[in-house]
Amino acid sequence: MSEILLKATNMTMQFGGLRAVDGFNLTLKSGELVGLIGPNGAGKTTCFNCLTSVYKPTEGQVEIRGIDTKSMKPWQISKLGMTRTFQNIRLFKDLSVLDNVAIAGLQHTRHSLFDSVLRSPRHYIEESRLRERAFELLSIFNLQGKADHEAGSLPYGEQRRLEIVRALATEPRLILLDEPAAGMNNKETEDLMNTIAKIRKDFRLTVLLIEHDMKLVMGICERILVLDHGVLIAEGSPAEIKSNPKVITAYLGSEETV
Amino acid sequence: MDQGHSQEFIQHLINGISLGSIYALIALGYTMVYGILQLINFAHSEVYMVGAFAAFYVGKALGLADHPGVLALLVLIFSAVVVCSLLGITIERLAYRPLRKAPKLNILITAIGVSLLLQYSGQIIFGADPKLFPEVIKDSPLFSIGTVEVRSLDLTILIVSTLVMAGLHFLVHYTKIGTAMRAVSSNANVANLMGINVDRIITYTFVIGSSLAGVASVLVGLKYPKIDPLMGMLFGIKAFVAAVLGGIGSLPGAMLGGVILGLCEEMVVGYLSSTYRDALAFGILILILLLRPAGLLGTVTREKV
Repeated sequence: MSEILLKATNMTMQFGGLRAVDGFNLTLKSGELVGLIGPNGAGKTTCFNCLTSVYKPTEGQVEIRGIDTKSMKPWQISKLGMTRTFQNIRLFKDLSVLDNVAIAGLQHTRHSLFDSVLRSPRHYIEESRLRERAFELLSIFNLQGKADHEAGSLPYGEQRRLEIVRALATEPRLILLDEPAAGMNNKETEDLMNTIAKIRKDFRLTVLLIEHDMKLVMGICERILVLDHGVLIAEGSPAEIKSNPKVITAYLGSEETV
Repeated sequence: MDQGHSQEFIQHLINGISLGSIYALIALGYTMVYGILQLINFAHSEVYMVGAFAAFYVGKALGLADHPGVLALLVLIFSAVVVCSLLGITIERLAYRPLRKAPKLNILITAIGVSLLLQYSGQIIFGADPKLFPEVIKDSPLFSIGTVEVRSLDLTILIVSTLVMAGLHFLVHYTKIGTAMRAVSSNANVANLMGINVDRIITYTFVIGSSLAGVASVLVGLKYPKIDPLMGMLFGIKAFVAAVLGGIGSLPGAMLGGVILGLCEEMVVGYLSSTYRDALAFGILILILLLRPAGLLGTVTREKV
């Protein structure tokens, strides 16, 4: 259970004169649920972008299951078993809900263009497996009835859930969730957190979670990292983070004075 | 008299649809590349020109003009498709891929540069004087309904382009590559993160778009047998107008736009004067840009602020 899935060493991202992420270190072991918090503009999403090779870190190293990702494209990262969702929802809006999920599962199908043109048995087997799997995942998030809807037409909360379903369809071992509860009300957030806990158990997932809702992070994460101005200022259990003076000044403090 | 009028109209209709389906084939190439890269691939019209010459030389080497028929047609189409695909891949690889992260304007200017390069290389390599395309389908009236003639060439063009477009529809909607293409077209960055090798899909897109241009080049060569290295310019721009008319980025839009443009041209030539033929295409472009910039079937995209 203690295999190291993700390791960032001295990861730094410099945009011109701005060090958006500065010497970020992270070790994520199989099965962990870790929270990444920090005030607005602290560099949390930039971290995610560096980890998934959307940005190439200007310094430092990212390893997924021991493999250096320096020269990798995002799609290769996905093949290594790491996937993500987005803070601002990025579905394939003009495609159907089912297509959104199926696309993410394409990399695990084995039928070729010829199978599809000739309608070979393999085409039917693989296509139906893809569909079944998509429906299975959709039903976990109670979206199975919406399979034929255009993804962009779903209500906001369902779009957020669909993003997670799509990410799961890539069959990840590690999922990065970027503010999954953003814009949700308390009830929806609670439901979502229960679902995250459930999929984590059912799919034996490792989760790295960016979240603004402090209560939520404190509630479900075992370990929390705090980022401020691109620098990691604290790391520890929720209890430790709550009482860390640096964190209180940078983050919690400002909340309490409101 | 009234019947004569309606028969004349039907004749124009047939001619217009046949011309329009060729526009549609080329327009599809513009629209597919635009859908995936948001690039107006101005070199596409030259890919089409090179396709015509590839078919011409293969036809000449094999003496196909003396053996007209479906087989000869297929040989010509096959050679044009192969050469166009290779050219499309090469252009994407050498000219566009290095600029993938550059501002869109740079890659657009590059596209114009590639287009000019091919036009003038064509004049050096193929010679500037027009060549006579091998007549592998003898254009003769097949049958007539009243005074309406259905000619073998128009029928060939219709059949070939319909089959090709049906094939494209199948590819885009019922295969893995097509599904991946739709994903990349919808959001390339996210498709990449969902495990789709975007570079490979872009290559496929160029192969398919260029192949369609290859098919179109043979059909045009049959319909207007004089080919020359600048033949792509006007025809290509008109096909581009067709793509914009239908809504650039939309496949059904490109087909619809092509057919509408072909019909309009034919009607103008038939009922007004052939002088206005080219003016019409650009008139339509101006109208579309004024009244419905997204095109008939295009979606209006709003910039997020």
